[in-house]
Amino acid sequence: MNTSRSPHPPARVRVHTLPVRLTHWLNVYAMACMFMSGWAIYNASPIFAFTFPEWATLGGWLGAATIWHFAVMWLLVANGLVYLLAGIFNGHLRRDLLSVSVADVRQDLAAALRMRLGHRIGHYNAVQKAMYLGVLLLGLLLVLSGLAIWKPVQLQALTALFGGFAAARVVHFLAMAGIGLFVVVHLLMVLLVPRTLPPMITGRAAPHPVGERQDA
Amino acid sequence: MPDRKTTKLVLEPAQRTALVNTQRRLLLRGGLSLGGLAMLSGCNLQDGDTFDKVLWAMSRWNDKVQAWLFSQDKLAPTYSAGDITKPFPFNAFYPEYNVPEIDLSDYQLEVSGMVADKKPWTLENLRRLPQASQITRLICIEGWSAIGQWGGVPLKTFLQHIGADLSARYVGFKCADRYYSSIDMATALHPQTILALDFGGEALPPDFGNPLRLRVPTKLGFKNPKHIMAMFVTNSYPGGYWEDQGYNWFSGI
Repeated sequence: MNTSRSPHPPARVRVHTLPVRLTHWLNVYAMACMFMSGWAIYNASPIFAFTFPEWATLGGWLGAATIWHFAVMWLLVANGLVYLLAGIFNGHLRRDLLSVSVADVRQDLAAALRMRLGHRIGHYNAVQKAMYLGVLLLGLLLVLSGLAIWKPVQLQALTALFGGFAAARVVHFLAMAGIGLFVVVHLLMVLLVPRTLPPMITGRAAPHPVGERQDA
Repeated sequence: MPDRKTTKLVLEPAQRTALVNTQRRLLLRGGLSLGGLAMLSGCNLQDGDTFDKVLWAMSRWNDKVQAWLFSQDKLAPTYSAGDITKPFPFNAFYPEYNVPEIDLSDYQLEVSGMVADKKPWTLENLRRLPQASQITRLICIEGWSAIGQWGGVPLKTFLQHIGADLSARYVGFKCADRYYSSIDMATALHPQTILALDFGGEALPPDFGNPLRLRVPTKLGFKNPKHIMAMFVTNSYPGGYWEDQGYNWFSGI
């Protein structure tokens, strides 16, 4: 009915599937809650010589922070499982992430550092693949070390695997720090290549972005 | 009319309501600060009360999951005497100089609720029951932990001895310092749950809960009430000092 207004826009390619987009944004919420409530719990008995500023914590006091942490952990884990199951069944993991080699990473990393790595919409470069696989593994480590300090008696074999309760707590912290670092890099990349953001919401993008080189 | 003799040890209803309201307000504040976060996900739960209810409901859900996960056969890891943490940290909801002074000469543990024999217990009589000792790790909700040695009467032995209804849901404790707490019957019957009289091989010192404390190595530290004056068996949820403010009730580890 509106054909008179303008010609059809060029066909837009699908970049991110619905499960990826849905779990991505749910994960943003869940991770924000887990980070902030986790920092509040950390502050009650700091492992290192620093605490997190109160404005960055969630809950207001230790009791509420723990309730938040143990409430949102269900969302985090359920969301992670949906992502993994969808990724296994629709081939996203195999096609887009596991199809990476060390040589590719070395090549793309060198190009990226020289600001020569283009971004093809709908296609992960090798550095991206390595980063996403790495953060998934860190997520697994975070959940396992979390279970180890949540249930050091009922799941004592797991806790022992981490070297005991106190050590598992440090692992949990370091896994959190690793994921925090990923988030910082991830956000910087979005700032550098802002046109990658809309497809994570709509799922689609124009197939031929202008100037492939300029935006490394 | 259970626990009538021991009501002097708990807060007046009005005080308790005031306390709970204050704490709920604190919890609520946490909820409101999350309003911004909730909007990130497109949720429309901007009402603090709703947040509060969701949080409490999730905590009750976690109680159920933990009860399901709990195994009476799963023993907490034990350690050797050389692993004991020295000095063992003092911890209470008040500073060390406020530790209650208890007159041991007329101390009696009161017993009430769903038990056949409600006679009070002197320390001598408690020591005549079979004793058990353990070196286990106490883990605080704050994240620190310490290894200590506790000795005393296994709670299961004591409950059997007083003819407690072991199908009841809760065992509650009231303390000399206004503290109170409660545990599930499954945990009460766990072989490592003991009414501790000794710490480090000596009678419990004041800092660590003299003359009687609960030692539950399958739960967080705050579920190990000190200076116990009364114990009761009940089917109605007794809550606890921290639990009523928002700490998760089961708090198994």
